[in-house]
Amino acid sequence: MVQFHRHHGQEGSILVTRVEEPSKYGVVVCEADTGRIHRFVEKPQVFVSNKINAGMYILSPAVLRRIQLRPTSIEKEVFPVMAEEGQLYAMELQGFWMDIGQPKDFLTGMCLFLQSLRQKQPEQLCSGPGIVGNVLVDPSARIGQNCSIGPNVSLGPGVVVEDGVCIRRCTVLRDAHIRSHSWLESCIVGWRCRVGQWVRMENVTVLGEDVIVNDELYLNGPACCPTSPLATRCRSLGSSCERPAEPRVGQGTLAWASQARTRCVSGSWTGWKQLDTCFCGHKPGGVLVGTPSPPPQEGRAGC
Amino acid sequence: MQCWSHKPCIREVAIAAMLKAVILIGGPQKGTRFRPLSFEVPKPLFPVAGVPMIQHHIEACAQVPGMQEILLIGFYQPDEPLTRFLEAAQQEFNLPVRYLQEFAPLGTGGGLYHFRDQILAGGPEAFFVLNADVCSDFPLSAMLAAHRHQPHPFLLLGTTANRTQSLNYGCIVENPQTHEVLHYVEKPSTFVSDIINCGIYLFSPEALKPLRDVFQRNQQNGQLEDSSGLWRGAGTIRLEQDVFAALAGQGQIYVHLNDGIWSQIKSAGSALYASRLYLGQYQLTHPERLAKHSPGGPRIRGNVYIHPTAKVAPSAVLGPNVSIGEGVTVGEGVRLRESIVLHGATLQEHTCVLHSIVGWGSMVGRWSRVEGTPNDPNPNDPRAHMDSESLFKDGKLLPAITILGCRVRIPAEVLILNSIVLPHKELSRSFTNQIIL
Repeated sequence: MVQFHRHHGQEGSILVTRVEEPSKYGVVVCEADTGRIHRFVEKPQVFVSNKINAGMYILSPAVLRRIQLRPTSIEKEVFPVMAEEGQLYAMELQGFWMDIGQPKDFLTGMCLFLQSLRQKQPEQLCSGPGIVGNVLVDPSARIGQNCSIGPNVSLGPGVVVEDGVCIRRCTVLRDAHIRSHSWLESCIVGWRCRVGQWVRMENVTVLGEDVIVNDELYLNGPACCPTSPLATRCRSLGSSCERPAEPRVGQGTLAWASQARTRCVSGSWTGWKQLDTCFCGHKPGGVLVGTPSPPPQEGRAGC
Repeated sequence: MQCWSHKPCIREVAIAAMLKAVILIGGPQKGTRFRPLSFEVPKPLFPVAGVPMIQHHIEACAQVPGMQEILLIGFYQPDEPLTRFLEAAQQEFNLPVRYLQEFAPLGTGGGLYHFRDQILAGGPEAFFVLNADVCSDFPLSAMLAAHRHQPHPFLLLGTTANRTQSLNYGCIVENPQTHEVLHYVEKPSTFVSDIINCGIYLFSPEALKPLRDVFQRNQQNGQLEDSSGLWRGAGTIRLEQDVFAALAGQGQIYVHLNDGIWSQIKSAGSALYASRLYLGQYQLTHPERLAKHSPGGPRIRGNVYIHPTAKVAPSAVLGPNVSIGEGVTVGEGVRLRESIVLHGATLQEHTCVLHSIVGWGSMVGRWSRVEGTPNDPNPNDPRAHMDSESLFKDGKLLPAITILGCRVRIPAEVLILNSIVLPHKELSRSFTNQIIL
């Protein structure tokens, strides 16, 4: 990229990448041979170009003089001017690229990264009995017997995976603990979480820091974030009378729905309607996790 | 009646101790809510807490002193499972157990009248009439004592229900001092009484006289239409509407109240609930049927029945309320809770089966999850019973027990949630809230 920048000698170079659905992003229109950028189009309605700003730039110090001392968006205010003056060039990125702002894209990005690791530094990936495909395991992580890990899994430092666990396409962050016989697919398990036995998590379930998932639960795509005020309510709605220190996804807990997923396992539970109206500030129809059963009387008071 | 001789003699005493029992088992046109489980085996033979449904009835009857014979009345064709069951029951309980097949569905009372000669043969003092699809602690001796204290033609067993649920059953208004049934109405639309009919009766031979009256009246009226507009065949008698409702308040029908376990078994969900009730009873009546934790065996929580020929891995965790049938294989690390596994089924490693019925010869692949939603009565209310369950509401399938029919194959790592899978189906992916044909 530095070579490219020195070669054309103008003020700025940005990396662009080719995507399948450019209208979700800011699109770059440039000359095919030199790479000189003509203009930017933000979220075009019709197809203009399939190259988008990959978010990596090399800028000469002269660019700083273009920025005024106030909150400025470089993409919206500086780059279009530079493009008009012919000072901005685009270089196409050869490798993989992903916007990993959304959990779903984060997991796809992880798959791309592991794939590139397989090509460039395969010795970093894990292999052995129970390991399938591209799996990255920190040396301090522990995996039990009769597990099936992978493809596309990364286990962080201090992670403990007990016997008989199946993990596919997940990221497990530092010090998380997955108990035996559970099945995880397309999940992000946060730092220091504890996932119980016989748990099934799928469909981009995201657990924030230090979340406990009780045994035998089924989580289908919720995001459970321990520091949100929702988690405080989660605490009082959890099973039985204990007041655990950490937020607990127990039977009948309402966890925040990611995106607009409104999968609801309704049971013969009259309290469900009350829960729905309590959380009217959020997207309606959060995901009810766990097996619905007549809630303990204390649980409803938490609303 | 001729058997009541007025000359006291030893023969009279011997006859007085003679009792019979009649179990009404219905036929294939009845019990359709039990499908797809009733495709394989007639509903009365479906195993509840490890034993066929009517075996609980027969066991209770066999324990009443003086029981001479048990008659099953229904309109199933006498096929192999039924015949084999009858032979096994006769051997085990040392009592004649005979099946009387109705020529056509005759209603809850028609069969009793049609086979009256068989029932009264030998001059029984009284005979019990039991519906096959109830689960109960069968307080037959208490009913007999009440009957002997004050003989009446009809004695009904009653239990209490809460106000809203009583509308789903036959309601009995009783005189609290004499226990006479003053009024009887079947499934009223407004609240009548919180005492409901358990479907377990004790009739004296005099009871057949009102049945004869109803039968003859129906014959005279020719073609009949009841309130729902359905034509009923000649010879049908509905005990509840034609006899109890008509005779209430005339000093003929009495009720004996019982607060033991009781439930109707109309659907798979209620079979699972009845299983739990019976397994709880086993603590007192058949403790040998309950599985105990043993070294090298699976972990047992609560009441669990495991057939002796089943193979269960030591790392499995079973219970509460689990029944495992003959020849079942339960793999390593399996979790079973509130479920019935029917004979020959296989659960592979690490599967999780909750609130489900796994059909005969089915196979559940590794790491799969088979889960249903219980519709149990409110445990906080001792008088609550199961609600009358419909499959759909507003066109959507209501969450209920998951049922895997006979020889269903579930692949590895999938989820089957709140679904009914018809027999012989091989699935390839997860399903939730579906009926899979």
